[in-house]
Amino acid sequence: MSILTKVRKWFLRFDPLGSISAFSGVFLVVLIAVFIAALLYHSAPVFEKFGLNFITGGTWNPMKDIYGALPFIWGTFITSAIAIVLAVVLSYGAAYFIVEIAPLKLREFLSSIVELIVAIPSVIIGLWGMFYVVPFVRDTLKSILSPLSSIPLFGGTTSGYSYMAAIIVLTFMITPISTSFIKNAMESVPIELKEAAYALGATKYEVFRIVSRPLARRSALAGVVLAYGRAIGETMAVVMVIGNSPTISISLFNPGYTLAAVIANEFLEATTTLHVSALIALGAILLAWSLIVNILAAFVLRLVRAQ
Amino acid sequence: MFGIKIETKDLSVWYKDKQILKEIFLSIPEKQITAIMGPSGCGKTTLLKALNRLLDIHEGYKVSGEVLLDGNNVYDPKVNPMEIRARIGMVFQKPSPFPHLSIYDNVVVGLKLRGITDKKYLDDVVKEVLNKVGLWDEVKDRLESSAAKLSGGQQQRLCIARALALNPEVLLLDEPTSALDPISAAKIESLLLDLKKEYTIIIVTHNIQQAARISDYAAFLYMGQLIEFGKTQEIFTNPKNELTEKYVEGRM
Repeated sequence: MSILTKVRKWFLRFDPLGSISAFSGVFLVVLIAVFIAALLYHSAPVFEKFGLNFITGGTWNPMKDIYGALPFIWGTFITSAIAIVLAVVLSYGAAYFIVEIAPLKLREFLSSIVELIVAIPSVIIGLWGMFYVVPFVRDTLKSILSPLSSIPLFGGTTSGYSYMAAIIVLTFMITPISTSFIKNAMESVPIELKEAAYALGATKYEVFRIVSRPLARRSALAGVVLAYGRAIGETMAVVMVIGNSPTISISLFNPGYTLAAVIANEFLEATTTLHVSALIALGAILLAWSLIVNILAAFVLRLVRAQ
Repeated sequence: MFGIKIETKDLSVWYKDKQILKEIFLSIPEKQITAIMGPSGCGKTTLLKALNRLLDIHEGYKVSGEVLLDGNNVYDPKVNPMEIRARIGMVFQKPSPFPHLSIYDNVVVGLKLRGITDKKYLDDVVKEVLNKVGLWDEVKDRLESSAAKLSGGQQQRLCIARALALNPEVLLLDEPTSALDPISAAKIESLLLDLKKEYTIIIVTHNIQQAARISDYAAFLYMGQLIEFGKTQEIFTNPKNELTEKYVEGRM
């Protein structure tokens, strides 16, 4: 075989698109590996000094170089957990209304509103939070919930800057994400199946219960996981309303802090190696958190599929 | 002559601005098979869905005139369409078992919606209706497995069983065999001949031979109009209308 034929064969077999995508795949894996390695490397000093007390410690005092992550872990946990529960409930309600109840024109309008809210920059939502949600929590919500103030979760006084304000802002941000997924999933349920259920005498809600909801479950779960990831990682809007106090409070009306918020707030002012290391370690915790959530979600998805 | 089970009086249907059915007067005899024939787009399916008020769930349809079920207008504002749909079973063109439910649950889902949870009763119904559609022996050992795993013909018979579980008076079938292989289609046809002892059956088909084989009465629909209705034998051997003649001879 002449060289020319060989070269021609090689050219014929050369698949530029395939090569690029293979390269991108490898590149992504390397990037993530380097990224994780760097996080671990830079967070090493704080773990060397405090060990696991870094995670379980409740004191965060950069002046004295004492670092404990628990206030931020608690803040991230409580705000994201309540926000995601509220978001799931609201999303199902909204998706049901959009898909099953609203007439066609309203449906299109609401769908685009939902997509629009997803696209609002979080700093804008933060401004809305500062000017409306914080005063609302301080002046209105606290008194509405005052009958419940014997419950520790709703006790104490409030300046408005609080876990509660963060929960409301987060819920507003993530509900459209999960709504969009659930709505799309419900819309893609074959009309034949819905007709079949109606033909058995099912009401609109029963059709949702026996057909649309179970068939949309997988996509809905994906949307909820995405929304949850946004909730734990959201920085700007939370910084602006949560009060930024590295304390652990049971009452949702007290100020708090989250992992993402403290990293953004303190990183530029961190001067000591240990402080920088502690902040990077918080980032590592946040990353591990979202990875675990995603792995769990993949696991649950597999279970759902297996049924 | 048989009693009249369903009667349409001056039934017209519009979708948005387009009139799909034009002043249909039709009397469906009880416990007979009535075939509704016609070329694609003539309004056959719309007519079927008007009978059990399934058009109601779609936006943009307007219905005028009456559909009498045992002499009572199903479009009376006092009538609950859910009740009507439970009395009139329906089977669709594409086999549509609920893919996320087991065979068993597919059969009982309608009963469970009506609040029936007695396990013994449900078990009995499942066995009875699956026997009726000739599926019991094929699936009795895997009632809990997914309905999506059945073949197309089995799925369609399961859908008939699902409709029968509610013990309907009327069974509407919208081209139930058009998505099936000939053997499965033949099974469904002989099943329908069995079922007409107990149920009033209305079948939409664009398969002329099928209508000739199994129906007792036949209606020919063309561009939203009822061209001719009568005993199947007469429609096929001695059609009164030229269009009907062309259609049954396959010249349309």
